[in-house]
Amino acid sequence: MQRFVLRRLAQSVLLLFVLALIVFALARVSGNPADLLLREDATQEDRAHLLRALGLDRPIHEQLYLFLAGALRGDLGESIRYRKPATEVFFERLPNTLRLLPLAMVGALALAIPLGVLAAVYRGTLVDRVSGAVAVLGIATPSFWLGIVLIYVFSIRLGLLPSSRMGGPSHYVLPTITLGLFLVAGMMRLVRSSLLEVMGSEFVKLARLKGLSQTVVIWKHCLRNALIPVTTLFGVYFALLITGAIVTETVFAWPGVGRLTYEAVIFRDYPLLQAVILLKAIIVLGVNLGVDILYAYLDPRVRYA
Amino acid sequence: MDSAAGVVLEVRDLRAYLYTRWGVVRAVDGVSFVLREGETLGLVGESGCGKTMTGLSLVRLLPEPAGRIVDGQVLLEGEDLLAKSESEMRAVRGRRVSMILQDPQTSLNPVFTIGDQILEALGQHHVDGERSLAARAQEALRRVKVGAPEQRMRAYPHQMSGGMKQRVVGAIAVAGEPRVLIADEPTTALDVTIQLQYLALLKEIQARTRLAMLFITHDFGIVARMCDRVAVMYAGRIVETGPTRALFRAPRHPYTEALMASVPRLEGHVARLPSIEGQPPPLHDLPPGCRFADRCAYVADRCRREYPPTMPVGPAHEAACWRNEPSAPSR
Repeated sequence: MQRFVLRRLAQSVLLLFVLALIVFALARVSGNPADLLLREDATQEDRAHLLRALGLDRPIHEQLYLFLAGALRGDLGESIRYRKPATEVFFERLPNTLRLLPLAMVGALALAIPLGVLAAVYRGTLVDRVSGAVAVLGIATPSFWLGIVLIYVFSIRLGLLPSSRMGGPSHYVLPTITLGLFLVAGMMRLVRSSLLEVMGSEFVKLARLKGLSQTVVIWKHCLRNALIPVTTLFGVYFALLITGAIVTETVFAWPGVGRLTYEAVIFRDYPLLQAVILLKAIIVLGVNLGVDILYAYLDPRVRYA
Repeated sequence: MDSAAGVVLEVRDLRAYLYTRWGVVRAVDGVSFVLREGETLGLVGESGCGKTMTGLSLVRLLPEPAGRIVDGQVLLEGEDLLAKSESEMRAVRGRRVSMILQDPQTSLNPVFTIGDQILEALGQHHVDGERSLAARAQEALRRVKVGAPEQRMRAYPHQMSGGMKQRVVGAIAVAGEPRVLIADEPTTALDVTIQLQYLALLKEIQARTRLAMLFITHDFGIVARMCDRVAVMYAGRIVETGPTRALFRAPRHPYTEALMASVPRLEGHVARLPSIEGQPPPLHDLPPGCRFADRCAYVADRCRREYPPTMPVGPAHEAACWRNEPSAPSR
């Protein structure tokens, strides 16, 4: 287990280095930030001054060296827009994203598992077909559309819930639903299909041969096995959301890292963008490692491999 | 032999069909047999003839939702299992009728320890106040000759060999001290030396507990070693039943005869092993007459029109073939 974790860590470091190179390159081929930052009547001198201040006048290999050396020290440069260290800006926003997450994730799991089990147990019946239709709808509905419709109905027409920004508990309702619906739909279908697969296996027959009830067979013998692929999807979603649901956060003007990513792109705040992408990558790698460890808990075959 | 003595299980005209999108597959189509205490009945036939479906019908665990028992009776010590509710049936499974499945590699749940899975079989049934369940589970493992049961209890299935897993499956099957054990090709997935050990083990358990065993197999070598009587199944029906020796010496159904002829023998030299030409009829589209007619060397007109009734051909020996009909018509 220890060796497994160490090996995964080493892989992660290598991956991060490659990613840093890509991020560095992308930020420099996607347009010059000076063009955006300067006013239209800026002189040639202003421009040269700004480039010097940003370090953009130096040769490219020197810029890369400075970027990597800084990154190793935890210094990913200063945000042009916020005039603060980019990492600081990121970590100011991260808690806002994290606050939105647990409700959507836990709520989605709490709904997806029982619904998926129901659909599998009553496969082919009305329950299954209705839940299947709802799931397809949930997967196919784009977040920006759902968010806007929810705002229109509940904030504008009914005036029940706030439309945007952070605030009291009522501010969490619409963004959580927008995020959660997407998650529920995907996970429910996966719970259903992987449960159906497990229900056909021989060990389920043996469990029933012992005289166990259908309930025990499904919830104990089948579900534990069926959750192994669900964990994978959960990890992917978790990583996706923890790094900011860009669309949802933008629609609801939620000041999390998703919206920060959007801002960094729009304002060509390339030090911030570099920082955001790298820090998100670290988080994703961390989550993946966590998922792998969770696997080992769920499936003894991984534990002892 | 008194025919009613010691009958534990009696199956009467059992019909179990699979309702598929291609039609109704009559996998078990009028099967009758009896099983006595301490006896082993071999159920023999080629793949797809309905052997396993027969076994699963007895514990009412047909594949859902396609499988359904349509007709018949399964009398366990006089009680009809087919008339029981699902919850009553749960009290029968494992405790009165058990089953060993074919493939040990997939029969155990990969995410629970061996101990958990045996305890579950014990915990389900009568609670024993004196000895702890764990001690009884270890004893169950010891009975199937699994070494170091204390350590094995904590092991997961993937840490064991196929033979060892099948022993565990056996331990689970007999943990509830059932009266009837259905063994569905329990050694097919094991290698030959392990097979013999496993069969000897089953014999030993049977000698101790007076289990009635229904042994599903396609291997005549195993039948000769294990079974007191044999029932030969073809296309959903039993075509011949008889004491193992009598049936081996003088098969009375052409299908049994052809099956025996295709078993390789050590003595003598055969250039080419005889095989039965053709295929069994599809179970969703059965002919009205004898189902073996198309492959039978002795086929007559009548065979294609009428299904032959089961006729006695010797002591405790019967077969369903027109050739066994007394030549002088009695009516």
